[in-house]
Amino acid sequence: MIDQAAATRATQEVPSIPRDADGPVFREPWEAQAFAMTLALHERGLFTWSEWAAALAKQIKRAQAAGDPDTGETYYSHWLAALEKLVADKGVATEAILHRTRDAWDHACDRTPHGKPIELCADDFR
Amino acid sequence: MSGHDGHHHDHDHSELTETELRVRALETVLTEKGYVDPAALDLLIETYEKKVGPRNGARVVAKAWADPAYRARLLKDATPAIGELGYAGRQGEHIVALENTPKQHNMVVCTLCSCYPWPVLGLPPVWYKSAPYRSRAVADPRGVLADFGVTLPKDTDIRVWDSTAEIRYLVVPVRPAGTDGWSEDKLADLVTRDSMIGTGLAKQPKDIAK
Repeated sequence: MIDQAAATRATQEVPSIPRDADGPVFREPWEAQAFAMTLALHERGLFTWSEWAAALAKQIKRAQAAGDPDTGETYYSHWLAALEKLVADKGVATEAILHRTRDAWDHACDRTPHGKPIELCADDFR
Repeated sequence: MSGHDGHHHDHDHSELTETELRVRALETVLTEKGYVDPAALDLLIETYEKKVGPRNGARVVAKAWADPAYRARLLKDATPAIGELGYAGRQGEHIVALENTPKQHNMVVCTLCSCYPWPVLGLPPVWYKSAPYRSRAVADPRGVLADFGVTLPKDTDIRVWDSTAEIRYLVVPVRPAGTDGWSEDKLADLVTRDSMIGTGLAKQPKDIAK
């Protein structure tokens, strides 16, 4: 069960998470989604928090070396990249599958009139 | 749209940003493999409802309540009025403010893509994204409101608005009685997300009394 207590533990174990007195804060909805997925995978035992913190730190270092301004605004971009890499390393989802699924969502958006729910269908993968 | 130039981003279909596409892809794959449950994710995310985005909407509404000149500017052309408070929407985004009155209650149904104006309203509630909510809100708005514990007088008209690619709506709820002379900060505490979608009313002073 992922809940707020788990989220609080995560913010303690991964010290750089943007937060206020009550817990994590997010600039955009997708950041909260990425955070929640990480929490769920941790609950499933896919990785420990120290493993996650190391993966995230590595990703941030790599981005800084590539010229990331490190203003905090890109924190969850690094988070997402680290999560994609870690699930690939763990053999859960390869980079190729993620990429194909991303393209399928892009296709689904293109064929979905504005105002209708965006849903994936088999054709989007072609 | 012909799309003859090969450019996909017209305004008549849904759009997600590159990052949103990647997040959706990850969630899809993890869900298919049984690693995450979207409903459980939504539930967790909902607990952070007030922690996502700047929620400028409450400040906009409070200012409209407190400052008649601002209210007039907001109702005439909301985009620049909201911009005065430092919120600039995405390019091409136009916000229309709908004022609730004892005669007319406005309620917004929105879509599942990025068109929901979260910088103004904060995170959309989970139920808001569901297809049943959308269709029922149009067919039976009074019933949907009743589900949220809102009962309006019989002679209040209810108008349902559906956002388009270019227009997002912000509902300005009725200012609660007993708030004369309140500061904008204090007024903003009365403005809930649901009241700015029109599925709720602003809080009453007694609701926030400690």
